[in-house]
Amino acid sequence: MSERAPRLLELADDELVLGWHESEWTGIAPTLEEDVAFSSIAQNEIGHARAAYELAAADLGTDADALAFDRRPEEYRCAPLVELRLLDWAHAIARRWLYEEADAVRIAALKADTDPELAGLAAKIDREEAYHRMHAAMWHERLRHEPRFREAVEELWPYAVALLPQELRPELAARTGLALPSDTLLQGKERGEHTPQLAELWDEMTSVRRSAPAGARW
Amino acid sequence: MVSVEQVWAALDEIPDPEIPVVSLVDLGVIRSVDVQNGHVYVELTPTFLGCPALETMKAAMERKLSGLGVEPEVRVVSDDAWSTDRITPAGREKLRAAGFAPPAPREASTPKLLQLQSTVFRCPYCGSTETRLENIFGPTPCRSVRYCESCRQPFEQMKTL
Repeated sequence: MSERAPRLLELADDELVLGWHESEWTGIAPTLEEDVAFSSIAQNEIGHARAAYELAAADLGTDADALAFDRRPEEYRCAPLVELRLLDWAHAIARRWLYEEADAVRIAALKADTDPELAGLAAKIDREEAYHRMHAAMWHERLRHEPRFREAVEELWPYAVALLPQELRPELAARTGLALPSDTLLQGKERGEHTPQLAELWDEMTSVRRSAPAGARW
Repeated sequence: MVSVEQVWAALDEIPDPEIPVVSLVDLGVIRSVDVQNGHVYVELTPTFLGCPALETMKAAMERKLSGLGVEPEVRVVSDDAWSTDRITPAGREKLRAAGFAPPAPREASTPKLLQLQSTVFRCPYCGSTETRLENIFGPTPCRSVRYCESCRQPFEQMKTL
């Protein structure tokens, strides 16, 4: 495996799985505006996943669809934060905000990479994520004093920290103003571990692909 | 033998699948055209990476160029070199005439919420800048929804990328 492939797969798997979960709000979000917002965000995240899979696929001698759908659930490199199925608005917004904050730190690091393809893709993704960050910041501003939202942030904060490698965690803490959690709180939430929700999602997400293994023609 | 100019002219006849008043050339998504020994190499950049129209655009380009009797090879390039600043002046005018406010110029840093919430964006219908942000997101990822306080008309604003 090339040096950059694991990093690309982490990014792509996070964005694919999160995009899938965000799309679950299509049609049932509390307002029409949020229906539209979550649908667009989901579409963008899956677009980022596709671009990152394509770059990784070129290194690995495969294609983007095979990386997205032909691996076993335990082979995915996504972080537990994105696997959680959160059909509760306080948690959904808390994760949106925390994910975008953590992703901003990761994307900034990728933009500074010496690999021009990686840095170029990260810069393109960053321009799009700026709109996700604004949306998340707007909701954070609106809900940050609400007890349900605060509890959701507290619950999901260790997951958000665990999404990043050790060296980037202090920067996330500085951005959000939250204190880094203890090692005990990070248990079961680190990248490389998976929640039971991933297998459920995988089953749904790959069902069409598995029903036509030779590749469906539409 | 087909010339580079003929290829550009042919591509300029392909409408954007989502906003057909502008062509792919107007939109600035064609990065480069190269003709070599009967092969045409075209580089295409998506506006947003998740743009569902990308495959449609690619197929339309291949069809059009095959019609010129050449072998087209369309390559998708996804990096930060493309921005909404690449929309041509003619493209911006066509967008405005169709009721889409063209994007603001790109700045070095990514846009901030305060900028989007400011009243500098001009209504494509009446020209007023008394407009407010309704929703960062719209019918497609590349658009936001704004409302004009002056002519009381909602309108779509192309996002700056």
